[in-house]
Amino acid sequence: MSKVKQASGCVVGVIVIALAFVGWNSIYTVNEKEQVIITQFGKPVGEPVTEAGLKFKTPFIQVVNRFEKRVLEWDGRAVEMPTKDKTYIAVDTFARWQIVDSLKYFNRLRDERSAQSRLDDILGSETRNTIAKHELIEAIRTTKDRKPEQAEELAEADQSGTIGKLLPIRSGRTVLESEILEKSRQKLREFGIELLDVRFKRIHYNASVQERIFERMISERQQIAERFRSEGEGEAAKILGNMEKELLSITSTAYKEVQEIEGAADAKATEIYANAYNQSPEAVEFYEFIKMMELYPEMLSSDTTVILSTGSDLFKPLKGIDTPNSKPAKSQTRPAAPALRVVE
Amino acid sequence: MIRIQIGKDVHEIPTPDFGGVGVAVILGAIVLIGAVLTSFYTIQQDEQGVVLRFGKEIKTVDNGLHFRAPFWIDTVEKVAVKRQMKQEFGFGTTGGSNYSQMSSRTEQEEEKSMVTGDLNAALVEWVIQYRIENPSQYLFNVRNADDTLRDASESVMREVVGDRTVDEVITFGRQDIESEAKQKLSDLAKKFEMGISIDQVQLKNVNPPQKVQSSFNEVNQAQQDREKTINVSLGEANKVVPKASGEAEQKISEAEGYALQRVNEAEGDAAKFNALFTEYQKAPEVTKRRLYLETMQKVMPQLGKKIIIDEGATGILPLLNLNENATPTLSK
Repeated sequence: MSKVKQASGCVVGVIVIALAFVGWNSIYTVNEKEQVIITQFGKPVGEPVTEAGLKFKTPFIQVVNRFEKRVLEWDGRAVEMPTKDKTYIAVDTFARWQIVDSLKYFNRLRDERSAQSRLDDILGSETRNTIAKHELIEAIRTTKDRKPEQAEELAEADQSGTIGKLLPIRSGRTVLESEILEKSRQKLREFGIELLDVRFKRIHYNASVQERIFERMISERQQIAERFRSEGEGEAAKILGNMEKELLSITSTAYKEVQEIEGAADAKATEIYANAYNQSPEAVEFYEFIKMMELYPEMLSSDTTVILSTGSDLFKPLKGIDTPNSKPAKSQTRPAAPALRVVE
Repeated sequence: MIRIQIGKDVHEIPTPDFGGVGVAVILGAIVLIGAVLTSFYTIQQDEQGVVLRFGKEIKTVDNGLHFRAPFWIDTVEKVAVKRQMKQEFGFGTTGGSNYSQMSSRTEQEEEKSMVTGDLNAALVEWVIQYRIENPSQYLFNVRNADDTLRDASESVMREVVGDRTVDEVITFGRQDIESEAKQKLSDLAKKFEMGISIDQVQLKNVNPPQKVQSSFNEVNQAQQDREKTINVSLGEANKVVPKASGEAEQKISEAEGYALQRVNEAEGDAAKFNALFTEYQKAPEVTKRRLYLETMQKVMPQLGKKIIIDEGATGILPLLNLNENATPTLSK
């Protein structure tokens, strides 16, 4: 009795477990991040499932294949390639893509690894093509009509005419990017992939080009430096020249003024003297006389030997006082005294 | 019933019979505990949670304790929306919480090396600060949104730098670059629908390449040299010119003094002469004689040797010893 009961219990248990297993196998969830293709014996069945949520399938025979629904990134390696002007540069691009037709994607590629390698091939070669068709500057610059700000001093000092100037472009970076995008996009469509965006991440000079660029930059700067130094010296010379000029102007102006002032004064003095001394012939004679009288004490000193003749006015009396021209009789008493001393 | 045979002995141990009800109760209890344990979750202060039911997004919840459907029917993805995050390019500060904050050292070298719009090279380091604005977009639109942001940031910075001259990049265009890069990166983040908003783009060290650096410095130095040379000569001029002006004025003043003196003296002399002359005219002979004699009186005592000869005598001059360093002077 209990054995039968036990056996029936076991059967029920097995059935329950089997049912649960079947049930579990016939439901699946789809996350917001993914999309699903149901395959039956390896062949896709029905439309791809892109809506997230709880879904049903035939248990065991149908298999769930999950794919990304989100936008994915392709980040290429930096690849060296020549531009139209034969400059070797390393270009590193990145792209954003999405699986839009998961059936095609599943049929052609199966998984993301092969998708990425397909992207490597297609984007790599399109990038190479586009870069080769354009000059380097087209991949660098974007805005055609941008006027760069200039450091006035540098621009003035620059003799090469390249400093502070942007090189002109015809199309520019974004045009090149969209060129690559358009071409690759068509090729990728057959894989169920929608290419959303291609962008240059990095563009580098290759090592030998870089060396030349550096040399050019150095020489460009050095000529400016030389210019600055020479400007300084020139400016200094100008200042010193001006200084010299100013000095000469100052001293000569002063000299002129001094001469004028002194000349005017001398003239005035001369006029004054002339007015006084030249007022009559008598005055002239008198002036001459006093001047001479003033001169004697200055001219004659203790080491002067004087030979005086008794014919001179001073010693006339020594010969006798009976001189006829005895008008100033009174004053003659005075000069007598020195005459006596002289005899000694 | 469990049968255990040891040697020839067979022991039969009776199993306890709980019956179907017992098993159901135990299973029920386990399920219940599991349900309770999996139906609560907390969202931190700076996070938001996106709730998915069977993988489908149903709502976004703010911080706090929340209830959800048990057994992973509902799952929650947490996103730090209030945290400001940072990405560094061309350099790296260790200890960042965000995995995408910095790249490896060799990558950093690559990151900062750029070509400018005049085909020169520059090393540019920068930082972006961003925030997750829309958790649902951040999680479900783009895989690895942070990595995409890094690439976008590099691309945008090169685009902006590529439109500028090396001097703009290195010296005076920094702010301009920051604001344009921020604008472009925000636009791109919006276009990519990454759910990220850009708060800031900041340039850090911006330099010419190592090998070129010294020539850039040389320009600055030459500029300084120029100023210095100019200043030195200005100094020289400043030292000399005012002094010369002063000296010139001094000479002029002296000349003016001389002029005053000259005129005054002349006037004095003239006045004296006039006075004398007036008196002289009253008695010319006597005055003249008086003046003559007065002078003689003054002069004679000072003289050294005096020889008086008769006016009749002639030829005695050679006899005199006049060899006493004095020149004979003849008075009239």
